[in-house]
Amino acid sequence: MAETILKVSNIETYYGPIMAIRGVSLEVEEGQMVTVLGANGAGKTTILKTISGVMDPQKGSVTFEGREIQKRDPDWVMRQGIAHVPEGREVFPFLSVRENLMMGAFTRTDRSGVDDDLELVFGYFPVLKERADQRAGNLSGGEQQMLAISRALMSRPRMMLLDEPSLGLSPRLVGEIFGIIRRLNEEQGMTMLLVEQNANMALKTAHHGYVLEVGRIVMEDSCARLMEKEDIQEFYLGVKDEGARGKRRWKKKKLWR
Amino acid sequence: MLINGIAVGCIYGMIALGFVLIYKATEAVNFAQGDIMMLGAFAAFSIIALLGFNYWVGLFGAILIMAVFGYALEALLLRPVIGQPQFAIVMLTIGLGFIFRTVAGAIWGHDPSAFYTPFTGKVSSFGPVVIAQENLAIIIGTALLCLVLYLFFTRTRLGVAMQASSQNQLAAYYMGIPVKRVFSLIWAISAGVAAVAGVLLSPLTLIDPGTMGFFGIKAFAAAVLGGFGSIPGALVGGILIGLVEQFAGRYLPAGFQETSAYLVLLLVLVLKPSGLFGQMAQKKV
Repeated sequence: MAETILKVSNIETYYGPIMAIRGVSLEVEEGQMVTVLGANGAGKTTILKTISGVMDPQKGSVTFEGREIQKRDPDWVMRQGIAHVPEGREVFPFLSVRENLMMGAFTRTDRSGVDDDLELVFGYFPVLKERADQRAGNLSGGEQQMLAISRALMSRPRMMLLDEPSLGLSPRLVGEIFGIIRRLNEEQGMTMLLVEQNANMALKTAHHGYVLEVGRIVMEDSCARLMEKEDIQEFYLGVKDEGARGKRRWKKKKLWR
Repeated sequence: MLINGIAVGCIYGMIALGFVLIYKATEAVNFAQGDIMMLGAFAAFSIIALLGFNYWVGLFGAILIMAVFGYALEALLLRPVIGQPQFAIVMLTIGLGFIFRTVAGAIWGHDPSAFYTPFTGKVSSFGPVVIAQENLAIIIGTALLCLVLYLFFTRTRLGVAMQASSQNQLAAYYMGIPVKRVFSLIWAISAGVAAVAGVLLSPLTLIDPGTMGFFGIKAFAAAVLGGFGSIPGALVGGILIGLVEQFAGRYLPAGFQETSAYLVLLLVLVLKPSGLFGQMAQKKV
């Protein structure tokens, strides 16, 4: 088994008086792609924000490569080697694509290494090379997502946190982005923690999955086995309209409570 | 008179630049900008008139002192207030402005003072056009300063990082940019710009704690006219306000020279609140 690179132990995070994360623990091994599934408001983004230092947990610890990183500034955490691809892309709209990428490499001083990585990134996302001098705000949603992922790669991180890369994208683009995410994991050996609502895509791509509901981990297994579970099939892979949610709430939540 | 207007306008533009830099980055309006300029002028006055160094030492000394001052101001006083309502920051900076004025009065006296500059009382003539060198110095100084700032913000890593932090603070954090320090540095730059403005302005108006504060308010009008948040807008707005003021003094009844800037401010707010160069872009989802 590979070594555990990130270990989140029993964290509790609050938005003001509201407890968003109620004691979550999870582990990510080196080279592994781990996904956290959950519906809206389950606390997926909050977990990532707690790891990257944007939010501070009231309790619990986050350990990255054997060092505690909770309650530090996000720029410090980033310099430890955790790159965060935020939800909703968050590119710098008035900077060019190239400048956005160079901002990803802000913490690095090895010029030639940065140039190599720029070529690497352009190799994965050729469309960014075509648009290198355009303002990032003028890119399409899918291109912005690619830019956000590339920008995180430019810091040559030890690990990436991906927050809903499928948000607001067409199914074809989602497939494309996930294809590249998988390639990054396989070819670059990039360790990834992926948070998704698109359970089908996430389970197919990742190795290990956690299911989060209202701030708690309710299930944890390898993705292959998770996909076979009846509950997952019904609530996360089936049709997720209002009716299905109502049914889940009142009839069939026994398995994990 | 045109040149005079442009020169004064450049000063407004420089102060407005300070407003805009800080506003863009931190979304706070620093109403003490005019007073920081006054302090910059006094810093130069101390170095030149009291310590006896030459003008250039005074100029760069003042920039340096004010930059450090701006940095410390942000780090010590404003950072704790971030996250509080906007109003708290506004009140804080207005209050700071009063404190600066009073303290400056207590240290250097409330009477107008002046220091020797290489430009005082000299003129340059270009064919038939005769220009006072003080004005020329202001215009050239502003142009140089803009060039330096432009190169800094577009060519250097730190400058681009500052743009990035102002466009998306959270993402800048994720990139590992030390956003807090960047904000302090922006205050430092903006205070340094104010110092340049103060030093260049001093031969025209003399330095005294009262009048220089008013420049801040007029420069605020310039920033609004240019579209708050636009750097070229701040300069254009400043020059326009300077010209309007000069021409109002010449062609309109007495008193209009002083009020014209505020009239412009009112008109802009009523007619085109986003200003001349308002930069608005919707975020795509």
